[in-house]
Amino acid sequence: MLERVRDRIDDALISTIREDVWERIRNMEAGQNEYGYDPFGFNPEFLKYMVPVAVTLYRHYFRVETHDIESIPDRGRVLLISNHTGQIPLDAMMIATSVLIDKTPPRMARSMVERWVPSIPFISKIFARAGQVVGTRENARMLLDREGCILAFPEGARGINKTYDRAYELEKFGLGFMRLALETNTPIVPIGVVGAEEQMPAIYDVKPLAKLLGMPAFPITPTWPLLGPLGAMPLPVKYRLYFGEPMLFEGDSDDEDRVVGAKVEQVRHAIRSLVQRGLDERQGVFF
Amino acid sequence: MSSRRRRTRKQRVLITGIGGNLGRAVARRLHRTYEVVGIDRRTVRHMPKDVDVEQVDIRRRSVEDVFRRKDIDAVVHLNIMHDPRTRQEEHHRFNIVGTQKIFGLCAEHRVPKVIVLSSADVYGPDPRNDQFLTEEAALMGGQNFEAIRDLIALDMFCNTFFWRHPEIETVILRPVHIVGRVNNAPSKYLRLEKPPTIMGFDPMIQLIHVEDVVTAIERALTPGIRGVYNVAGPSPVPLSFVLDQLGRSPRPLPEPLLKLMLETAWTLKLSDWPVPELDHIKYVCMVDDSLAREKLGFDHAHDLPEILRDVEKGPRPW
Repeated sequence: MLERVRDRIDDALISTIREDVWERIRNMEAGQNEYGYDPFGFNPEFLKYMVPVAVTLYRHYFRVETHDIESIPDRGRVLLISNHTGQIPLDAMMIATSVLIDKTPPRMARSMVERWVPSIPFISKIFARAGQVVGTRENARMLLDREGCILAFPEGARGINKTYDRAYELEKFGLGFMRLALETNTPIVPIGVVGAEEQMPAIYDVKPLAKLLGMPAFPITPTWPLLGPLGAMPLPVKYRLYFGEPMLFEGDSDDEDRVVGAKVEQVRHAIRSLVQRGLDERQGVFF
Repeated sequence: MSSRRRRTRKQRVLITGIGGNLGRAVARRLHRTYEVVGIDRRTVRHMPKDVDVEQVDIRRRSVEDVFRRKDIDAVVHLNIMHDPRTRQEEHHRFNIVGTQKIFGLCAEHRVPKVIVLSSADVYGPDPRNDQFLTEEAALMGGQNFEAIRDLIALDMFCNTFFWRHPEIETVILRPVHIVGRVNNAPSKYLRLEKPPTIMGFDPMIQLIHVEDVVTAIERALTPGIRGVYNVAGPSPVPLSFVLDQLGRSPRPLPEPLLKLMLETAWTLKLSDWPVPELDHIKYVCMVDDSLAREKLGFDHAHDLPEILRDVEKGPRPW
């Protein structure tokens, strides 16, 4: 009985997905075993629970616009490096959706999540099935060795939690992604996301409260927590994704921070100019 | 090394803890190609006729007689207690002192090969784990689970021995959850009609058939093989998938509630599940077994459906 209901729901969900999109997902090569799971627990079929929401947000809510998405190589290992903004990581979802439905052939962007994510009930399971991977260096290396596509935000929490007065400024980048790229000889595609910063413009970050709740930040926005849960809804801004030319670096992955940092700076610069281009080109925040 | 008298007689293998399910499986496989000698403090039944078994505690002096009487070519050390109900001190003493004793005798009597069966549990389930842990990963299993600490100490002791006695080929095997027609914790869990699971968690798990572990031990007996090897079976799948294939109806419970229930059941002696073992159905603890497949030439013969079929059959009735 319960199973029949579940099958119904599954069918209903699948029917909301555009046929070509579902076809793309089903035929995706992600290194699954005979039972449909890749070594990290990713199951393309599971995306049926995520894609309807993601595509609705992508097409109708944020009306995402992509530029030069062909910069991402069709196959082979690649690192997508992006700025991280907007309090809640919808930018990751939008980038992943774009490479899945707007790029031909589609690619599955795997993002590296914080190490405490597997200790949260439900999230741990959902994230794993949807292709997210715990961000350890070994895991990243394994994904790249399997010619995967990794999405990473070297600014981390510093970037996403910043207040609106520093909108579109790039925070300090971590060096880990560059060491990984050098070690595995992986091209880097810089991405500039414009629009996400306005989805939840934070006025103030209540750090003591965040600490108390064990959260990375507790932002105050014009609507949150004033309007209650409704205020936590991101504003329907227009997202613009700018993909840059792939960058390939050479050198020793174990070099000093100074040497690796200089290469990271080149990527950061590329992202900054992509973001700047987006800011110059856009006419309005919501359109 | 002393003069080789191989070819003139079969190689002689000593199996400690031969009375266990695994010991018996190893003896049954090896007794045709090797001369098998076994010791166990339990009474041993259902053993092939040509296997010579001595009933003795490995900590006793008389164990030395086994070494003195016969030239031993290899020791397979399986005499490691995993009984959560035994007092911690006794558990520790038996495992550590026993292993120390056996290894000491091996060094003294110049046994050329020692194989010890550790476990992938020594790495411990943890949310921060790499998806696949290599042999170099830190042995963190003891941080939340005291009962595993003696296995870690034992594993480390064997590692030290490996470096201190280069003339002896020491092999440490760390298999993932061994299941099949045995009666250990993972097999028992999979046999539950309504296995409790932790709500919202569904880690990827690796299983290995007990016969494949025997194969790994057999491979480790090959001259020249030494070192630490992770051993795993078929490719990993989610826990829920395994339970689904077995036709179980899992009972997902919130973790605090499940913990409380298990603690109560443990205190009332209604269950033998140590509470910290819950982490195994919560977080990943999987190993990278490429070294074993490459250096040891190990390959699993039992795929997932076969493994699960044998789990279903229950422990062998012997």
